[in-house]
Amino acid sequence: MDDPYDTAPLIPRDRTAHPVALDVDYKTSVTRSPSLPLLSLESTLTEESGPRFGHDLIGALDNNLILNWSQGAAPAIGERIRVHGRVLDEIGRPVPETLIEIWQANAGGRYRHVKDTYFAPLDPNFGGCGRTLTDAEGRYEFLTIRPGAYPWPNRGNDWRPMHIHFSVFGHAFGQRLITQMYFEGDPLIARCPIVTTIKEKSQIDRLVAPLDLAASKPLDYLAYKFDIVLRGRRQSYFENRPEGM
Amino acid sequence: MTQSLEILRETPSQTAGPYVHIGCIPRFAGLAGLYPEDLGHSPISEGVRGEIITISGSVYDGTGWAMRDAMLESWQADAAGTFPGSPGADPAVSGFCRFAADGESGEFTLRTVKPGSVAMRDGRRQAPHIALWIVARGINLGLATRVYFSDEDNRADPVLSRIEQRPRVETMIAQATGPAAYRFDIRLQGPGETVFLDI
Ligand SMILES: [Fe+3]
Repeated sequence: MDDPYDTAPLIPRDRTAHPVALDVDYKTSVTRSPSLPLLSLESTLTEESGPRFGHDLIGALDNNLILNWSQGAAPAIGERIRVHGRVLDEIGRPVPETLIEIWQANAGGRYRHVKDTYFAPLDPNFGGCGRTLTDAEGRYEFLTIRPGAYPWPNRGNDWRPMHIHFSVFGHAFGQRLITQMYFEGDPLIARCPIVTTIKEKSQIDRLVAPLDLAASKPLDYLAYKFDIVLRGRRQSYFENRPEGM
Repeated sequence: MTQSLEILRETPSQTAGPYVHIGCIPRFAGLAGLYPEDLGHSPISEGVRGEIITISGSVYDGTGWAMRDAMLESWQADAAGTFPGSPGADPAVSGFCRFAADGESGEFTLRTVKPGSVAMRDGRRQAPHIALWIVARGINLGLATRVYFSDEDNRADPVLSRIEQRPRVETMIAQATGPAAYRFDIRLQGPGETVFLDI
């Protein structure tokens, strides 16, 4: 907590920016969504503080999913991509030194998970998860392969668009966010009942990473840019004065 | 027209999905060899000051089924009520834990130190509590609640005091089941629905 900004109250969450909790087209949400209203409260120190992680946590290959599973011995199969961007908060401040974790299916659309029974093959050289810390300006990058689309049991013929799951901490437990990044031009995005739990089209667009040729490397990888905005903090000149002064 | 407000909107959440364990607790998911240990595998380490407790429970969906795929995170103060990162905090308390429902039984267990009461900005005190965050397939935005303790004085707690329907307060209180052991079940929907916080 070196930065005094990191002790300020959180801006109340704008829930219209987020998916609805219950959406009949995403069947699992029907029984897993609270039916009573949430209790809305001003944040306290409990939500304004949060776990912080240091560079000692991060291994040299942790943000390279092409190589981390084989520990550098053999690259994963698939389209090589770089995913990069910045983590900011609602008032536009970069969020430095925050942990980002990602996980994804392999190029065939298969996860290395006991519960994934899709018959696309596992790639012996692809694990499917990585992590990194943002730098002092909130920037991050991963090298990975483009995940495949995959079918999932929901309605008769639902397919997940190509996506990468993102988990971001921020500096406050109340900023905690898990989301998914999609790829520009994928026709499955608009048809996905998980995507369309978000009811504002402009908010869906926030999850679609554009191709970023300028950040690609010729003859090596394409790049996609994915910026993330976390909750911000309420700043006021009056905030640090005792009541009534 | 007016001047424009230079406020960004928060990136929308999406469900953590059925494979959240791969990304967040890969060793638990059978992916050993990537990281030396799972992040948040314990909120305390050797030499922690205070009483070590366990909190067990399940996360139930609206049909009463104990979910097998939920992942939870906790964040708390040390035994003196100081959050990690603040001056004087117990260096043996990281305060952060990740744990998951068992794939067979749906049971989770959190082993930690009992937190102390925490001061508010205005000087009031919050009763000892642990913040919880629950994600899973079918949960589109992580759900926040708190664990309070049945053997503490919770009457003046500013969060619990805001719950209008008093019987619902019980949904946020872990019941002592034995020495240093508590039960805390979470119900996402329906009878006994847990109070979730927008905080
Ligand atoms: Fe997925």
